[in-house]
This record gives sequence, structure tokens and C-alpha cells, in this order.
Amino acid sequence: MNSPISFNGYQRQDGRKGIRNVIVVAYLVECAHHVSRKIVSLANNMDVHLIGFPGCYPNQYAYEMMRAVCVHPNVGGALLISLGCESMNRDKLLTEIRASGRPAELLVIQETGGTKATIDAGVTAVARIKAEADKTPRAPMALNELIVGTICGGSDGTSGISANPAVGRCFDFLVAANATCIFEETGELIGCETIMADRAITPELGEEIEACVAKAEHYYRVMGFGSFAPGNADGGLTTLEEKSMGAYSKSGSSPISGLIKPGDIPPAGGLYLLDVVPDGEPRFGFPNISDNAEIIELIACGSHVILFTTGRGSVVGSAISPVIKVCANPETYRRLSEDMDVNAGRILEGEATLDEVGSEILQNVIDVASGNRSVSEELGHQEFILTYKSFEPIGPGCLPVRQIA
Amino acid sequence: MTITKKIAQIILLHPDDNILVCVAHIYAGDLVDIDGQNIKVNQDIDVGHKIARRALREGDKIYRYGAPIGSMTQSVAIGEHVHMHNMQSDYIPSHTRTRQNKDRSES
Repeated sequence: MNSPISFNGYQRQDGRKGIRNVIVVAYLVECAHHVSRKIVSLANNMDVHLIGFPGCYPNQYAYEMMRAVCVHPNVGGALLISLGCESMNRDKLLTEIRASGRPAELLVIQETGGTKATIDAGVTAVARIKAEADKTPRAPMALNELIVGTICGGSDGTSGISANPAVGRCFDFLVAANATCIFEETGELIGCETIMADRAITPELGEEIEACVAKAEHYYRVMGFGSFAPGNADGGLTTLEEKSMGAYSKSGSSPISGLIKPGDIPPAGGLYLLDVVPDGEPRFGFPNISDNAEIIELIACGSHVILFTTGRGSVVGSAISPVIKVCANPETYRRLSEDMDVNAGRILEGEATLDEVGSEILQNVIDVASGNRSVSEELGHQEFILTYKSFEPIGPGCLPVRQIA
Repeated sequence: MTITKKIAQIILLHPDDNILVCVAHIYAGDLVDIDGQNIKVNQDIDVGHKIARRALREGDKIYRYGAPIGSMTQSVAIGEHVHMHNMQSDYIPSHTRTRQNKDRSES
């Protein structure tokens, strides 16, 4: 490329820049979900998103995730909806969002007068918050300020041949441009731990990577199921390690600069592995109950855009950050073309090379970062899910870059 | 329908692999070229599924991308479908909609 790639971002007070100016309406317990959904529905704006946490019991991870997504660079302001008796520390959350320079308000249903009164107050509050967020200054944003996450969902036997390695090519280009790229799901990297550890920038990081995959394998064994869905088998994948090898190719071939956990923001450009499997003895259930949970964790790590590869044909998007859909299987693409951004199945039919599709994915990233809607975004997909988990902070060997800096 | 272009039905991902991956639907009775031999495939094979590149014995490791992805639980002939009925994980067993417990079938 001749000239440096740049686009028009939203300048946040913490120095980060966003590619969207979303207002989030967050329920702090399932009991406030209906009221929050009504507010979002009445706001009737593509950039007002519903997020939330259903649990009434306290959980440090859930709090940190809510904080991380509410102060995400793509978010311009937040309305918190509390029933009134749940455990989420709503005052601390409100204070932290306001401290980030964003307009934020809190409505407690029990204090506001119930369902109707809170919906009315919420609609007015969203308009007020949005008017304030609309004043956010714009600033040129370069590729090295962009964080791109990747996930695969509804994988089949073609994913690892077409869409995943094509995303890998896109990641290689982005990392070379000093952008930040994140790949994840250590439960789907079982079988790849040794080759992955060899790509770590330090031996200590390599050891951490191997340990986190061993942790994932233990966790899934206790759960009784690997990260493998019936649709994977329908699509020709036979074993978890076969799925893993295919998933792994999304990471491309750059060195691995660090190992992060949900909510950790990578300290510099490069390729990072996100460990989504909880620490300690398995509890609270499956590490990732669906793809959407992993997408939200990638977003909590700062991802502005998500590259989602699919073979069987996932239709999901996400709240907060646009999802770009890369379809691996040409037959699936023909069935679900209106849900896909990129047809990587062309590689299997001899109509495009991996490099060509990799470049097309990169162009999609640039277009979406420049404000164009991705297909799932345009269709109004704004899935969000957050559940109970427990994590220890990352170890000293996980981020060698930070130590050098 | 007019076929304007012959699309390869199977591809070899790595020279060490003992399976081939279907990239365009194979119909029962189709002849496919496996390392220069014309082999008749006896059943439909969907895109993304695997067939044996050579005769495989029970216990053989299966290689895809040049990496081991599991082991055979039955012997198969060249060109046969390799999937959950004759192959398994060396890590965590896979589940399906009807096989959700390793010991028994569930609906």
C-alpha cells in the first residue's frame, strides 16, 4: 500500500479511539431486562444497543466485563437499569463510566416508580445521553490503533482450508502494520499447544500458552463435552483436534506477543491469544456457552471489529463492535449469501487464492472501520451474553511486551 | 445445468496426510483420482468430509494438515468415508445430537 491507511474515529478521553459511537442500555440483573429492552426498542436507533448481566449474585468477572464494555472505545455513553436489590455494584459502575468522560445515567426501577415510569424515563435519558455523545470529537485513526478479534462458529471441514487461513493472511498484514490482533478459545486449540508455544516471543510465554491449553483440556473434561457441536460433525469434522487445527489457522503466522484474559487490553500492536477458560476448579458451567460469549470477551479486550468465520453458516453479530462474516463453504454461501460479507468458499472452487480473499477481508475491515455497516450489523444483529466466570490475573510471563516497554 | 468448469472434488492438504478433503460434492459411484489411481467412491460425500487416501487399519493415526487429528476405530479401504463411525479423538470424545454421553445414546 502506498499511503498509510486511516479512517475517521471517535476520540475518547482515555486516549483510545473508536469506530462507532454506540449508546448502551445495560440491565444489571435479568429482572431489569424487559424494561431495558423496551427502552432500546422505543429508542429505535441502530446505534442504541441492549447489553446486560442476568445474575443477582456478585461476580468480579461480570463486573469487570460490564465496566470494560461500557468504556469500550466504540461506546459513547451508557444508561444503567437496576431493579434495585441485585448485587452488581451499580454506583461504582456509574462512577467509573463517568470518570471515563462518557455521559452515563442510572435508573433504579424500584425508585423510579415501576415498569412504565422507568421505560419513559429511560427513553428520555437515552436521548439526553445520545445528544451528549454526539458531541464526541472525531480524529483520524490509523491501522496501528485498531484492535481486531477473530472467532469461528459453526465450523465445518472447509473452515480450516478457506476462511480460517484467509483470516490468517489478513492478520499477518494487520500485525505487519502494527495493528493488534486477538485470537481465542483455548478449548479449540487443544492439540495445537506445542506448535503454538513455538511461536511465542519468549520461552516463558510459550510455557504459559501450553499451560493454558492444558487448563482448557482439564476444564472441558470435567464438563463432559469438548468444544465441539453436532453441526461440526454434520460438516465433516470428526474430532476436537481436527477442529482445533483448522481454528488455529485464523492466527496466521506472526509471532505471538502475549496471552491475555477477558478485559485485558493488549499493551501494543501484535498478535495475542485470549484465554477464555476460567481459572481454578471448574464451576459455573461451560467456559463459553455460545459463540456470542466469546465475541463479548474479545470486545472487552478492546476489539473494534470481529472477524467471524463460519462453515455451516452462523448469522450472528454483536452489540458494540461490528462483526464481519467470512463464509468458508461455497454451498453454505449460496444458501446464506445475504448473511455473509466475504465468500471464502471461492478458494475451494478455484476462483480465488488465499491471498486474494485475505486482501478482501482486510478491505472489509478498513471499510467497516471507516463507518460502513457490516452485513450482520445492517441486519440489526446485536447479540450479547454475559455469564458467571472466575479468573486470576495473568502471570508475569504473559505480556513480555509490557516488560520491555 | 451446464458444467462450465471441472472442479476438483478432493484436495490433499499436506503430503503427509492419509486422508483427502472433499471440496465439491461426490456422488456415489463417482470416480476420483487418488495419487494417480482412479478410485470409485461408493457413497455420497459432502463438502468438508474426508475420504481415505490409502487403506487404513484400526489404530492408525489420521493426519490432516500434516498433524494428527485422531485414530481409526475400524479399518477402511482407499476412498472410503472417514468420520465418526470409524474414527475418534485422541483427546476428548466428540458428541452429536443423538450421542451425548459416551456410554449410551440419548435423544
